[in-house]
Amino acid sequence: MDGDVSTEAGAAKPSRRGGVPAISCEGVTKRFGSELILDGVSLDLTKGSFTSLVGPSGCGKTTLLRIIAGLEQADSGDLITGDAKSSSPGVRPSLAVVFQQGSLFPWKSVRRNVAFGLELAGVDRGTIAERVDRTLEMVHLTGTAKKFPYQLSGGMQQRVGIARALALDPDILLMDEPFASVDAQTREELHDELLEIWERTRKSVLFVTHSIDEAIVLSDEVVVMGARPGRILRRFDIDLPRPRTEESARILPAFADLHHDIRQLLVSSTVDAFNA
Amino acid sequence: MTKVADEELRVEVTKRSPTAPSSLRRTKNVAPLKWAVRLTAVAVFFVAWQIYASGISPLLLVPPSAILAAAGHMIADGQLGTDTLLSLEAMVTGFGLALLISVPLGLVWARYRVVDWVIQPFVMAIFSTPLIALVPLYVLWFGFGFMAKVAIIGSFSFFPLLLNTYQGAISVDPMYRDVAKAFRATDRQTWRHVVLPSCIPYIAAGINISLGHALTGMIIAEFYTNASGLGGLVLNNADTFQTARMFVPIFVVMALGVLLMSSTRWLKRKIAPWAER
Ligand SMILES: Nc1ncnc2c1ncn2[C@@H]1O[C@H](COP(=O)(O)OP(=O)(O)O)[C@@H](O)[C@H]1O
Ligand SMILES: [Mg+2]
Repeated sequence: MDGDVSTEAGAAKPSRRGGVPAISCEGVTKRFGSELILDGVSLDLTKGSFTSLVGPSGCGKTTLLRIIAGLEQADSGDLITGDAKSSSPGVRPSLAVVFQQGSLFPWKSVRRNVAFGLELAGVDRGTIAERVDRTLEMVHLTGTAKKFPYQLSGGMQQRVGIARALALDPDILLMDEPFASVDAQTREELHDELLEIWERTRKSVLFVTHSIDEAIVLSDEVVVMGARPGRILRRFDIDLPRPRTEESARILPAFADLHHDIRQLLVSSTVDAFNA
Repeated sequence: MTKVADEELRVEVTKRSPTAPSSLRRTKNVAPLKWAVRLTAVAVFFVAWQIYASGISPLLLVPPSAILAAAGHMIADGQLGTDTLLSLEAMVTGFGLALLISVPLGLVWARYRVVDWVIQPFVMAIFSTPLIALVPLYVLWFGFGFMAKVAIIGSFSFFPLLLNTYQGAISVDPMYRDVAKAFRATDRQTWRHVVLPSCIPYIAAGINISLGHALTGMIIAEFYTNASGLGGLVLNNADTFQTARMFVPIFVVMALGVLLMSSTRWLKRKIAPWAER
């Protein structure tokens, strides 16, 4: 299973498989007050590939994602998209964010929630209706368009959250622990659904999670972060065959190996941090 | 410190476990029982009143039967209807004006820092003043008629509406703001799609509180101006020791209050069902 390409933090290398980066962070540093949260984080998000960011709670995963999304300003470092170089937010590629549970607008129906980004962009009504229908179908929620978020289960709400982002047909999808608060069985269903959607759309995805299993099941590449300060420890290629399902991935011996390696890395980094 | 937290936790746990089965039990429909108990309590209250009041001077307290009879007369001679309409007219105008001014002002207050700087001391000062102290001033300015009443009712209902609207606009869940920002909403779009809708439950709560204040304002206004409307009816009948007739407008005001507040609650459930827990 030695297919992993580990890079040192700060080294800007071409992405694996010679892929073009959809977006790159270079030396992103962020402080909250006096605390250094992100210490020169460099990360390439390969175009058309599914990248997961795993790391212990509080290591700065959300902060990094928010910087990429333009919700937070980095203190230094660059976000590079194509050839447009900018120190966030400024020029941004077309990206959309899937938030954690509870981010749907409770006063909007499912349809209007999904239409949100399109309405903001001033897309005409006919196109919106068609896009919303298509996206709802993709997340298997046809028929709930008129419902309101409080009438849906947690899993359904997160599918609406995914649809809200997908409706914009963005180049990049940023997801911050979108399945953290659903039950285990629903989470597996959502994994399969996300895998299926990814097969259909081939979006460049950055998926933040603290679950190693989730990261392996979904991704082409797992980036492991360490804490205090937040930095990239290592990248793992996940060469499990696609199309995948939760089950087809989990039964492979490589899955267990990857899990073991990533876990070892996280544990040893936590111990190091503790001893430091 | 941790010990206290532990204590609390344990209390929490022990409190919770016995309620678990009872919350299961609560799924049974208790509404008929609830209403039966309620209506019985009300009936007992009136019967007790009837019995008690029959034994004392009708100047101090009259039995419900006498009030009912008085109500019949007052409806028949049209006086009750006229005065109720008079009161409602002032109430609707005063409250309506307050609503029309306070909600936009509350939003502007939340929107612009400068407005916040300017408005804070005024609101603090006026909010801490018992508004009833201003009643003679309104009479001075507007005379004893309709305008004075509108001003009194309006100012009584103004502040809860203003403060609630402001509170709603500044307490938008930051997550919703993030969503708007991530989807690149302009400032205007954020207000239209996020801030305004999240204010609705707050404004509804403001309306509910304000209606109570408006009713109080209405009666005070009618006491201190030309003694017309329902408040006037109370005052005039009390002055002439017609105790039964005095009670009738009091009950009308009571019914009005209950009606107005339950209809705003109903309206809130209708337009903001998400805000119900
Ligand atoms: N707005 C903020 N102000 C101050 N500290 C913050 C803020 N947001 C996050 N942090 C801190 O930054 C660190 C990283 O947080 P976060 O990015 O949410 O971690 P993760 O998502 O990996 O759990 C944490 O220690 C957190 O307390
Ligand atoms: Mg996080």
